[in-house]
Formats: sequence, C-alpha cells, structure tokens
Amino acid sequence: MIASLEVRKTFRRRNLVALGSFALIAALTLGSSVVTAFDWPASLRSFPKALDWMAANFIPDGRALRNAPKIGAKLAETLLVSVMATVLAAACSFFMAILGSKTTRLHPLVSGFVRLVASLCRNIPVVAWAMIFLLSFGQNVLTGLLSLFIGTFGFLTRAFMETVDETAESSVEALKASGAPWLATVTQAVVPSILPQVASWILYMVETNIRDATLVGILTGTGIGFLFDLYYKSLNFPSAAFVVLCIIVLVILIETLSNALRRLML
Amino acid sequence: MKPRIALRRPTVPAVVLDATLLAMVGVTVLGFFLIDTKGLKAGPASLKLLSDLTKMFSRPVALHFSLPEALYAVLVTLGLAFLTTLLGAALALLLGPFAAKNLGRPAVAGALKAIVAFVRAVPTVLWVLIFAVGAGLGSVAAVVGMTFHSFGYLIKAYSEAFEDIDASVIEALRASGATWFQVVWRAVIPSSTSALVSWTFIRFEINFANAVAMGAAAGAGGVGYDLFMASGFYFNIGEVGFITYLILFVAIFLEIGATRLRARQHVQR
Amino acid sequence: MAILAINNLTKYYKDVRALADVSLKIKAGEFVTVIGRSGAGKSTLLRCVNRMIEPSSGRIEFDGTDMRSLGRRDLRRARTRIGMIFQHFNLVPRQTVIENVLHGRLGYKSTLQGSLGIYGDDEKNHAVEVLERLGLADQMHKRCDQLSGGQKQRVGIARALVQDPRLILCDEPIASLDPSSSKTIMDHLHRISRDMKITILMNLHQVDVAIKYSDRIVGIREGSIVYDGEPRKLKKKTVAEIYGSDADDILFEESPD
Repeated sequence: MIASLEVRKTFRRRNLVALGSFALIAALTLGSSVVTAFDWPASLRSFPKALDWMAANFIPDGRALRNAPKIGAKLAETLLVSVMATVLAAACSFFMAILGSKTTRLHPLVSGFVRLVASLCRNIPVVAWAMIFLLSFGQNVLTGLLSLFIGTFGFLTRAFMETVDETAESSVEALKASGAPWLATVTQAVVPSILPQVASWILYMVETNIRDATLVGILTGTGIGFLFDLYYKSLNFPSAAFVVLCIIVLVILIETLSNALRRLML
Repeated sequence: MKPRIALRRPTVPAVVLDATLLAMVGVTVLGFFLIDTKGLKAGPASLKLLSDLTKMFSRPVALHFSLPEALYAVLVTLGLAFLTTLLGAALALLLGPFAAKNLGRPAVAGALKAIVAFVRAVPTVLWVLIFAVGAGLGSVAAVVGMTFHSFGYLIKAYSEAFEDIDASVIEALRASGATWFQVVWRAVIPSSTSALVSWTFIRFEINFANAVAMGAAAGAGGVGYDLFMASGFYFNIGEVGFITYLILFVAIFLEIGATRLRARQHVQR
Repeated sequence: MAILAINNLTKYYKDVRALADVSLKIKAGEFVTVIGRSGAGKSTLLRCVNRMIEPSSGRIEFDGTDMRSLGRRDLRRARTRIGMIFQHFNLVPRQTVIENVLHGRLGYKSTLQGSLGIYGDDEKNHAVEVLERLGLADQMHKRCDQLSGGQKQRVGIARALVQDPRLILCDEPIASLDPSSSKTIMDHLHRISRDMKITILMNLHQVDVAIKYSDRIVGIREGSIVYDGEPRKLKKKTVAEIYGSDADDILFEESPD
C-alpha cells in the first residue's frame, strides 16, 4: 500500500510540473501576443499569401534576368565583405583569445578585460553596431564591414578561448613543467593545437556573415541587401525574388565548399 | 654527414588547412583594393566614431520616448522573440523525431535536411519581408519570418538530442510492442527534456537579437525600431546609446543563462 | 647526498588540508614510488616539487636550490632539469612524434629560436637517439593522435629525457594503459633510472607494480606519510592503513619475513 502511494505521489508531482510548465508557457504566449499585437489568424493566412507570392515570382521574368549582372556584382561584394570582416576579426580574436583564456593568459586582469570587451562586442547586436557606425561612416561599405567585424570579433574571441581551453590545456601544462617560456609554448603547442578548429570557425562565420551582411546592407544601402530593398520597395517583385534565389544558390555553394574543406582539414 | 632531419611530412589535412587560411587572407588583402568606399576619408570618420562611442556610453539620453516607454519596447521585442521561439520549438518537436537518425526513416530525414538547408539559406530578414508582402510590416510578418530559422536551428538541435538517447531503451520499448509514436512521445522526448529546454533557451537568446534586427530593418516594432529611428531619423548618438544600454543589459542577462545551460549540455555530451 | 629534500611541506586548499607536514629525502638515482588513495595528496605532493602547485608552507630543495625562493626565470631554469610525465600523456595530438619530443628543449632555447621552433641539428640528433632508445625511431614522423597509449607515453618519456633531467616526476604514468603497455613503460623507466642515474619520483596506485620496480615506497594517507621504506618491508597491515576500506581490493602479496 505504501509503495503505490509513493508511486502515485511521484506521478502526481510530475504531472503538476508538466501542468505548471504548460500554464507558464500559455501565460507567456498570451502576454507576448498582447504586447506585440500578434494577430494569430492573420499569421495563418499569411502562409498561403506568401506561397502565392513565391510561386508567382520565383520564376524570373525578363527584367529580373537582365538584372543578373548587377545582382552578381552585389553578391560578390557581399561575399567579399563577409570574408574580409571574418578574416580580420579572426586575426584579432586569435591574439585576444590567447590573452583571455585561462590556459594561456599572462595576467588575470588582462584576461578579464579581454572577456569584457568581447562580451560587449558580442552582446550588442550587429544591427545596433550598424546603427552606431552609420552616424560616423554613413551609407558606406565600410559601415557594414565594421559592424560585421565587431560582431564577429566578439563571437570568435569567446569561441577561440573555449577552443584553447579544450584542446591545449594539457600540453601547456607539460611545457610549463619543462621550463618552456610562455611565447614558445603558445607558438609551438597552442597554435598548432587550435588551428584546425579556428579554420572551421572561420568557415562557419563566413556563412553566417553573408546572412548578416544582407541585413546590414538594407540599413546601410550597400551590397545585396540594398539591391533587394530597392526592388522590394519599388514593387519589382520578380527581381526581388530572383535576388533571393541567387542568395540561396550562393549560400548552398559556400556551405558545400565549407563542408568539403572541413572534412579534408580535420 | 648526416642528412637534415625533417620534423614533419606534408599531409593532406595540413596542406588543405594552410591553403584555406592563405586563400582567405589573400582575398582579404585583395578586398581592400576592390571595395568601393565612395571616397570616404577613413581618418575623420574614425575620429567621429571614437567621439560617438564616448558620447553614447557616457551620456545616454532619451529624447523621443520615456523610460517606461523604452522598457515597454524591450518587452515587445522579448515578446517577438518568445513567439518565434515557441513556434519554432513546436514545429521542431513535431518534426524532430522524423529527422533523428535513430527514429526516422532515412528518406524522410534526408528530405527534412534538404528543406532545412533551403530554409536556412535565406537570410531571416528576407523571409520577414517576403511575408510582409501579404501580411504587412508588423509583428505577424516578423514572427513568422523569424520562425523559419528558429525551426531550422532547433530541429537540428532536437534531433541530435534524440539521437543521444540510449539505443537500448528504444530497442526494449519496440520489442515490447510500443508503437513509434509511443516510443517518441512517452520515452524519447521526456528523456531529452533537459537538453531540449537548454537548446530552446539558447535559441531564445539568438532570437532576441534577431527581433531587435527585425525591428530596425523590417518594421517589427519594439526596441529595434526605436534604435533605427534614433540613428537613421533623429541622428542622435545619445539616444542610440540609451537604447544600446537597454539591449546590452537584456542580452548579457540572457547570455549568462545560456552559457550555464551550454556548459551543462557540454558535460552531458 | 640528497637530490630532493622536502621539509615540512604543507598545502591548504581553502580550509582543506591536502598535505600535512610532509618530509622526504631522496638520493640521486633512487626510484621512489608514492602510493595512496585518490585524493590522499600524491598529485599535490608531486606538483609542489616543481611548483606547478604552490606550497602553503615548508621547504623544497632540489639539487641544492631552494625552489620556493626562485623568481620566474630561475624557476623555469630549475624546471628544465626536472622532467615530468602525465597520466594522459599531455602531447600535442596533431603534431608528429619528433616535434613533441623536441618540445622538451624549449626551456633551453633563446626566446627567438624557441618561439619560431628552430631546432639545431644536434638537438634533433639527440631527439632521434632518445627515440631509438625507446624503440620509437621509426614512428618519428607519425602524428601522435595515431599512436597507441603505450607509444604515447613513450613519447612523453622521450620529451622528458631530451631535457637531460636529473629528476623525472611521474604522475600516474600507467593509469591509462593496459597491463602489457604498463610493463613496457615501467621497464623503460626502470632502465632509465638505473643506466642514466636519473632519479624517479612516481605516483602509482598499483601496489604490486610499486613493489616490483621501486627502490623505496612512500605511503600517503590523508596528506601525511604513513610509510617510507623498502618495498619488501611493506606489510599488509600498512597497506590497509593507507587504503582504508579499499584494502581488500588491492592486489598485494606480503613478502615472507
């Protein structure tokens, strides 16, 4: 009799937890819907509308195809900015991560400062950085480049620090015990250990940055985002949809290349 | 005389690694000559930037709205993030089992993977704008548009969590006659709850940043819209700073939570 | 004449006392093993010798030098004469055997040469000789992540040997190895100790291995030394004291008196 009471109590508790969670989620959903004025029926209706739009516009018409060279050029610019921002950020993050990681740091205050700066760069969204840089650099490709750079720097510094702590800790211990100086330990043990993972992160960030670059492009009037915005606002939907198609092709190509490189590198 | 001793032999991984890094550095250097900065003078611009940064962090100011209004805007942005996370999680929960290697059929899993790849290839802002054609610029387009990437991210995370479940548990249940749905909904999902919750919260953190972006670029409202206005309309760096502080506060709070959850997931893996 | 003299070594972690007033004198060329339960203080003791862990109080004298008085640069110099091998080998997996072995020389090199990884021919030849001694010369260019556990530990030993050390600290060197590899490693270390007159201070939890190979056994329990003497004089009663309730699980044959 006592055993089944225990069992019933466990199930009752579990059901209460489940019930409580559902209630919480329901309350948050209600609150969010009110605060955002979210129209649930309209959201359902938006799907057939969007599908209609996509069906009507994803097959490019003559005007869209004539825009192909322009689109190609802007895509190339976006890809270029993406790679540049990622590589520059990775270089800075590399140094900062060595100083910031608890495995290789020179001083706890320096490492703490590095972590703070990286956190600031990372937690202020790229779009916010774009808004900030707009006021000094204006509608310029450099604005996008800088915003992506700062955001990527913040992210990669933490990612690289984690990589250092995960892969290099034991060999750093061994070299420290053998009397090796700090710099030699870093270049001869830490750098070779983390390089493959660093390259993998760089490939990942280039992909991510192409997407962020599109967004920033809308706000800074540069790159493929600008072109999409132009067609969209002038209701030239076939061209806008064509831009989306081209972006899809580019992203999938980059992803395939990245995966192949990763497989070969590691 | 003894021949010189080499320290290593060239291997494919090392060559590919070096070539990849070299190529990227090369492209970057080339890029500086190729991009069109439209005659912008980097020097004066950088000086203005530094002065802007100092001003915005040291003297934030709210001119076009009050603090309660700003806090409400943050709430709106959080609401947008919550709704898209909810929808993404619901879809990922329903379709995740089909994508898991130990649960779904390979053909179905493969098809899902292809769909997700397609979905993730379109930048979030473009999804939102596509839906805004029919639904107008606002919370509906924003939430629905953001849900595509929420779903894409979470279905991968969820299916991997399902794949981590002990194969013997699933085998035992199947052997005792449980249907596929029973196995999924009464064993696999309940066992992976902690992983699922962690990943969902991590996505919520990402969605907050997304919601800010959609507010700025796609008329979704909330604190992102205020940010866009402060910079693009009022050109007021002090106000930009005020809003940035608010965003920063929320983002750091969310990141601390997400980091703790990520650490627990790491340990579990 | 003692190569290592530890006097009244004590270590506190917050309020927890890891080592209590430990004193130990080790002669040059001795093969000393430290046995004890996990958490008894073996690892702490070992790492206090080369100051990888800072002692709370006490005196550690290595080859006549007061270790605790050394500044950063002199500490590094002292560490070059002390080799260390680890339970998990602590190698750089993606690098080759010979690259890992040469890391042992970094403590001797100038900042520039060390940071750029420029090794002289004499250093490389020395490394190859050491590898030959350990039977790994033909694996010289293999990546370390492609080696077996026993081979990895031999690389670790080679790395320590190129330092020309007077003392090698071994932190549970065979804990991750199967019995056959363990024997190989212990045989190598025993030979090194005997032929090259290098002092060995080793942590071990296999009592039978300790008895077989060491000149001297030190038993630690809760941070204090409870036995310090010849292996054949070690009694079952003492082993029980060292290992507490785990004593019945220990493989131990008391030698007939």
